[in-house]
Amino acid sequence: MYLSPTARISLLFLAIAVSALFFADIAITTANPWRDLGQFFLGVATPDFFSTEGLATALLRTVAFAFVGVALGAACGFLLSLVYRFYPVRMFCAFIRAIHELFWALIFLQFFGFHPLTGVLAIAIPYSGIFAKVYSEILEESDPGPGRLLPPGTGVVSAFLYARIPDCWVQMRTYTAYRLECGLRSSAILGFVGLPTLGFYLETSFSQGLYSEAGAMLIMFYVLIATIPLWVKPKLLPIYVLSAPFFLGEGMPIVWGNVERFFTEDIIPAPIRNGEGLADLGAWFNDLMLNEALPGIWNTVLLTQIALVATGILALLAFPLISNHFGGPVRRTSGHVFLVIARSTPEYILAYILLQLWGPSMLPAAVALALHNGGIIGHLIGRQTNTVLLRPDAPTGFNRYSWELVPRVYRSFLAFLFYRWEIIMRETAILGILGIYTLGLYVDSAIQQIRFDRAMVLILITALLNIGIDILGRYIRRKLALQTMPTC
Amino acid sequence: MAMSFIRKLMLSSLIVLIPFAASAQTFVFTAIPDEDESKLVERFRGIADYLQEELDVEVKYIPVKSYAAAISAFRNNQVQLAWFGGLSGVQARALVPGSEALAQGVEDEAFYNYFIAHKSTGLEMSDTLPEGVRGKTFTFGSKGSTSGRLIPEYHIRNIFNEAPEDVFSRVGFSGNHTRTLRLVEAGTYEVGAINYAVWEKELENGNINTDDVKVIWKTPAYPNYQWSIRGDIDERYGDGFMDKVREALLAMDDPELLESFPRSGFIPTSNENYEPIRSVAEQIGILD
Repeated sequence: MYLSPTARISLLFLAIAVSALFFADIAITTANPWRDLGQFFLGVATPDFFSTEGLATALLRTVAFAFVGVALGAACGFLLSLVYRFYPVRMFCAFIRAIHELFWALIFLQFFGFHPLTGVLAIAIPYSGIFAKVYSEILEESDPGPGRLLPPGTGVVSAFLYARIPDCWVQMRTYTAYRLECGLRSSAILGFVGLPTLGFYLETSFSQGLYSEAGAMLIMFYVLIATIPLWVKPKLLPIYVLSAPFFLGEGMPIVWGNVERFFTEDIIPAPIRNGEGLADLGAWFNDLMLNEALPGIWNTVLLTQIALVATGILALLAFPLISNHFGGPVRRTSGHVFLVIARSTPEYILAYILLQLWGPSMLPAAVALALHNGGIIGHLIGRQTNTVLLRPDAPTGFNRYSWELVPRVYRSFLAFLFYRWEIIMRETAILGILGIYTLGLYVDSAIQQIRFDRAMVLILITALLNIGIDILGRYIRRKLALQTMPTC
Repeated sequence: MAMSFIRKLMLSSLIVLIPFAASAQTFVFTAIPDEDESKLVERFRGIADYLQEELDVEVKYIPVKSYAAAISAFRNNQVQLAWFGGLSGVQARALVPGSEALAQGVEDEAFYNYFIAHKSTGLEMSDTLPEGVRGKTFTFGSKGSTSGRLIPEYHIRNIFNEAPEDVFSRVGFSGNHTRTLRLVEAGTYEVGAINYAVWEKELENGNINTDDVKVIWKTPAYPNYQWSIRGDIDERYGDGFMDKVREALLAMDDPELLESFPRSGFIPTSNENYEPIRSVAEQIGILD
C-alpha cells in the first residue's frame, strides 16, 4: 500500500506515542478528582477580585517584567541576528534558547536573589536566542532587489537600513508583538519560583484551595492577553518600554560577591572543589547520570512524544471550532473563547492546576501540554481554513472536514507541530519542577539540596536534548518540504 | 522609524541595568515556607513589627517559595535572620561561616512527627510504623523539610530497610505541611508525614475531619526549628546587635505572636544541638 511521506511520518509518531503510553506513568491519583475540578470551575465562575491586595500589583509587575525582558531580548536578538551567519553565534543562540525561562530564573536566583534583574534576564536571555534566529530568518528572506539598485559606494549601514529593514519591518514588528504575548506568559510563571508576578499569588491562592481568588487572577490574565490589541499601540510602545523598568519592584540588593562565588565555587563539581582525584569525579558523574540524568531523559522523552501526538489530535479536533466552514457565528465565537483560553494559559499553570486536581502523574502534564499547544495550532490552522474557497457544491459536515479541509491544511499542520516539538520538550522538562519525573524534577531537587554543580550539569543535559530535538525537527520539516512561520 | 524604535529599545535596556536603590540598613528576615503562605505572612508581619520595636531598626519580612530560596537568601546576605527547620538551618549555617543558631521554640527541643493515614487504609494508631503502609501512596512535605522529609525518610529507611520509593507505590512531595494534611484528608495520598505542631494547631482550630484522616504513628523526638543569624551581623548593625536580637527573640511573650507559631516561648540554643540532624542528613545522602 502506498502511503505519502507525510502519512508515514504521522503514523510513525502515532506508533511511538502509543508505545510510550505503555511505559508512561498515567493515572488519576486523587480520590475525588471531579469534585475538585467542579470546585475549581465554581471558583472561576465566582471570581473574587478584591480578596488579594496584591492582584493589581501582580498584574503591573507581570506586564513590567514582560516589557523589559522582551525589549531587552529583542534588542540583543536583533544585534545577534546581524552576525547569525557565523557558526559559533548560531550555536550560542541555540544554546541559550534551549534553556527554559524558569531554569534561567532558578540560576539567577542563586546569586542575584530576589532582584528584578533575575526576572528580566530570565526572560531576556532565552528570548534573545529566539529573536536572533527568527529575525535572521526574516532578514534572509528579504528581497535583495532594492539593495542592488543602490548607487555604488553606499555605506553598509545605510544599505541595511534603507534596503533591507523596510522590506522586513512589518514581519519583524508582527513577530515582536507576538513575542510580547509570550513574554506576558513567561513573566506570569516566573512568580512560581518567587518573583513578584502573577504566578506568585496564583500559587498562593491555589495551594490553599482559594479557587475564587485563583479564578479572579486567571480571568484578569485572560483579559490582559485578549485586550493586547487595544492597549499595545505602536505609539504607546516607547512609553511602555521606557516606564516598565520603574515598575519592576524593589527586590533585594545584589551582593556581587555572590556572583563570583557562584561561578568559582558553587557550580564546580564537588569532587574538584574538594580537591579529590579524577576517579572521584568519574564516580560523581556516573552517579549523576545513572540515578538522575538517564531516568530524567527517559521520562522527558516519553512525555514529550505523548504530548506531541495529543497536541496534534487536539489541534485537528479543535480547528473546526473557529473555521468559517462549520457552524454559525455563535459556535465560532465560543470556539474562539475556548481556543484563546487554551492558548493564553501557560502550560505550566495548566499543568499546575491539573496536578492539584488529579494528583501527580504524567496525565495532567500531557493534558496541559496538549491543551495549550493544541489551542495554538488549532487556532493557526483554523484561521488558515478561512482562506480556503470551497466549491458551492462541496460536501458538508464530516465529509467536508475529512475530505476537503484536513488534506488542504495537513502539511502546514505538520509543519507547526514539528516546529513546536522542541518547545513541547522544553516545557516537558520544566514541568518536573511540579513533581513529574522529568529532568526538571532532578534539577529542582539538586537546587533544593543546594547542589548547584549537579543542577548545572542537569540543565546542560536538558539544553543538549532540546538542541537535538530541534535539529531532528528541522531535518524532518526539510525532508517533507514543510514550510512554516515561526510561532511562539 | 525603525532606527528610532531600536534606539528606544536599547535605551530602555540600559535603564534596566542601573542597579536598584537599596535601603541599606533594613534588617531583613525570612522563614521556610512550611505552611500556607497567608498564615506565614500574617505571623511574620507580626514578628517584624515586634522586632522593629525592640531593635530600633527597620525590620522587614520577605516570603519565599521554597526552602532552598530561604537558604540562598540567608547565604547571599539578602536576609540576615531566618526561621529555619532543623535541616535547613544546618544547611544554611554550613554555608555561612560564623552564623549561629540563636533561639528555638520550647517545643523544638524535642519535636516529633505524625504519620497520618486516610480512612480508606483502615490503619490505626500503633507503636511503630505499621507494615500495612507498604504499597500505599505516600507524601512527604517539602523536599528540604526536616519534619516533612528528613525525619520521615530516616524512619522509613530504618524500619523497612528500603528506600521510600520501594516501600510505597507512589511517593510525592506535597510542598508543605498544610497541603500534606489536605491531600491525605482528601485521599489523594493514602499516607503522609506531618509536623505535629501543624496537626495540633489545625485540630484545635477545627480544620481537620478526624473521620477521614487519622494519626497512625508518632516518631521519636528530635531537635527542630530555630532562629539562625549571620555571623557578620555586628559589623553591619553595630556591636552587640546579635545579642540584642537574641534577647528580643527570647523575651517574646505576646500570647498572640507565640500562638501563631505555635510555640509556648523561645529558649536559647546553639549549633551543636543540631548535630543529630546533620548526621541523619548525611546518612540519607541529602548532605555531603
